[in-house]
Amino acid sequence: MVVGSAFMYKMRKWSVRHARSLKRVYTALESVLMFCEPLLRRLGYARLDKPFARIESLTKGLLLDSQNCGQCIVGFTGLSCPMNCPKKLRNGPCGGVRADGNCEVEPDMPCVWVLAWEGATRLDDEHIPLQTVQPPVDHQLIGRSAWLREVRIKVESSGHAI
Amino acid sequence: MQFEDEPVTPGDPLPIRPGHSSFGRLERVLRSGGFAVTAEIAPPDSANPADVYKRAALFDGYVDAMNATDGSGANCHMSSVGMCSLLTRRGYAMVMQVSARDRNRIAIQGDVLGAAAMGVASILCLTGDGVDVGDHPQARPVFDLDCMSMLNMIRHMRDESRFLSGRELTEPPRVFLGAAANPFAPPLDYRPHRLAKKVSAGAQFVQTQYCFDIEIFRRYMDAVRDAGTHEKVFILAGVGPLASARSAEWIRGNVPGIHIPDAIIRRLKSARNQKQEGIDICIDMIRQIREIQGVHGIHIMAYRQEHRVAEIVERSGVLGGRMPWRPAVDWKNAEWDQGHPAAAHTPGRQELEKVS
Repeated sequence: MVVGSAFMYKMRKWSVRHARSLKRVYTALESVLMFCEPLLRRLGYARLDKPFARIESLTKGLLLDSQNCGQCIVGFTGLSCPMNCPKKLRNGPCGGVRADGNCEVEPDMPCVWVLAWEGATRLDDEHIPLQTVQPPVDHQLIGRSAWLREVRIKVESSGHAI
Repeated sequence: MQFEDEPVTPGDPLPIRPGHSSFGRLERVLRSGGFAVTAEIAPPDSANPADVYKRAALFDGYVDAMNATDGSGANCHMSSVGMCSLLTRRGYAMVMQVSARDRNRIAIQGDVLGAAAMGVASILCLTGDGVDVGDHPQARPVFDLDCMSMLNMIRHMRDESRFLSGRELTEPPRVFLGAAANPFAPPLDYRPHRLAKKVSAGAQFVQTQYCFDIEIFRRYMDAVRDAGTHEKVFILAGVGPLASARSAEWIRGNVPGIHIPDAIIRRLKSARNQKQEGIDICIDMIRQIREIQGVHGIHIMAYRQEHRVAEIVERSGVLGGRMPWRPAVDWKNAEWDQGHPAAAHTPGRQELEKVS
């Protein structure tokens, strides 16, 4: 990491505090990408993957301290990147969270999942957040573009794939 | 408690009852409404099976199942697969703990099949402590799965008879699935939801972290009952004796996830015999836990005090006169070093001295 970890912890906290507006930005971005999907397809997903991954790494890296797993689930985790958890947990906090809400492994770091709970409660008033059981990480996707993958999955599952 | 359909050979599986997932004694006790008692068996730092049998014999007639830990605290010991293989052959009901820290999905699925084939009927899925707290901090942490995706995966193996990849199994592992729960770690208000999430991922029973703060546990159980989760999962509360006020303070400062309130430490400090007080606190805790609605049993973790589990169970009256299964042979008084197959393979000290 180029910037200090203390700064990044601050950014992570800022992002979960602003989970609602960031999620809105995310949703808007998704609509734009969905609108451009035919164009993306024509240009070729394979060719676009690297530049997209680069943009994601810069933006999400700054805001969320994203670790670029290529299968982003921050929409489910209150905008707290679960890959910052030293145990790489994607389904909630372990039992080792310290009494002050910091991480068991890295005592100076606020627990990723304590932040996630904070962010998620801001996002969703109707459902209990964080309750979707996430599948294990697909290691083949690490470092690739999560946005393109998301758009592709959405288009293909809605059935109007060209 | 002997079931009427006990196999002739102790290591053979019991028939699977309708509505049960496993052939295990633990599932039977819980589903029949019994208040279950499980205990943690410490794996030895040894390749001698006699060390395992000796440790198991301490619990004969006092517990419904034993948990074989999997590198707990990220320290190296005999594997849980090894422990379970030895003990299931003698008829013991085992809960095999599987930690996500050391093995990936390929290794874990292989172990699940192997363990089920060896007679393991219950599996407890854990994320595991970080390697930094153990005796090999240089090790690479794996964490390919977390406890939740592990539960989901093993349930898929059992119910769909397939590997995670989709490849078919010719015989699924018939296992009763468990998870851990820590009602005492932040964020406290999320913990009851986390339990519900584990249930939806496949957990059929949970064993909790050490309970030393009955108030927090009561509040947790209130929320669990409000959500109705206690009707979908069997909850076994974790308990254990503290050796002294000093060790309690050390645990509080150094072992992740264990919450010990000041009142407990004060009580230990003011006692004349701290070790005995630790046992008494544990017994008090069990009695209070038993009164809480929605708790289905206790899980005793008597680290380095395994020889006192019998006393804890007896004095707390937790079994209510019920007698758990015990092996027909009294292994406790058996001659360990003679006639045992391990002894035949182990060179005696005299032989070793002769060589040198």
